[in-house]
Amino acid sequence: MTIDSDSLDDETSGRGSALLRFAAPQAFFPLAGRMLAWFGALAAAFAAAGLYVSFFVAPTDAQQGESYRIIFIHVAAAWMSMFLYVVMAGWAALGLVLSTRLSGMMASAIAPTGAMFTFIALWSGALWGKPTWGAWWVWDARLTSELILLFLYFGFIALTSAIDDPRRADRAGAVLAIVGVINVPIIYFSVKWWNTLHQGASVSLTQAPSMAATMLTGMLLMALAAWMYSFAAALWRVRSIILERERDADWVRGLRGVQ
Amino acid sequence: MNWGSLHEFLAMGGYALYVWGSYAVTALCIGLELWLLARRARRARSGT
Repeated sequence: MTIDSDSLDDETSGRGSALLRFAAPQAFFPLAGRMLAWFGALAAAFAAAGLYVSFFVAPTDAQQGESYRIIFIHVAAAWMSMFLYVVMAGWAALGLVLSTRLSGMMASAIAPTGAMFTFIALWSGALWGKPTWGAWWVWDARLTSELILLFLYFGFIALTSAIDDPRRADRAGAVLAIVGVINVPIIYFSVKWWNTLHQGASVSLTQAPSMAATMLTGMLLMALAAWMYSFAAALWRVRSIILERERDADWVRGLRGVQ
Repeated sequence: MNWGSLHEFLAMGGYALYVWGSYAVTALCIGLELWLLARRARRARSGT
């Protein structure tokens, strides 16, 4: 471990070598613990502020009445479902290219949280669809591609847990994750490419948001909360994965007080 | 402030099932994930 970082110091300048040092699971373990505490605290703070704005500041919608308040979790969950998939596939790709052990662990740590947010997006969407469209579900391009995203997460989790050798599991999962990335732009642009029942984007980079400022504030606060929560959950899970995979390493045995 | 009373808040303008159904399931999912994460962390620590 120390030999690696010493020899790397000669070739790379300060910041680069620090990053590489944390690519070692043993070094990342305590760092992940510290970051997880911060992200967890931020998630709670943003969720409290977001829920307050969502229910007590944002006004009643002129067309949809109070049913629109589902938006505050629906949009946050839908954004996270796509974002987490891209991050997961990014770690998986990094693991394939660089063969770093931590990358595959990160991809596996993100998948369950991504699947959870995908489920929440679909569930809240169904509960929003019923009063506004009159249907819990329609085979619309946006809904169908989001359902495929859920199956991609399930596929990744099932595939990686079906293979006993973690390194082989990581590589197989990485291929699936990378191929599945094509689905993310399909979800995102589905409301433009097809004539869907699902409404278009309420927030885009090129146009002013089509909603009241306080509604937008609530939505962004909830999205930030979901973001911070996802980081905290993934870091907490990766710490367990590190301990599970390195259970016979001296530092893990030392941690348990075996020695 | 949008609500005159607690009852009004809970009724969500007649959309209680949909609004609270979304929020409750989200809270359940997060609670379940945190419980699973804590359990996994405990087991990984003790090596079982």
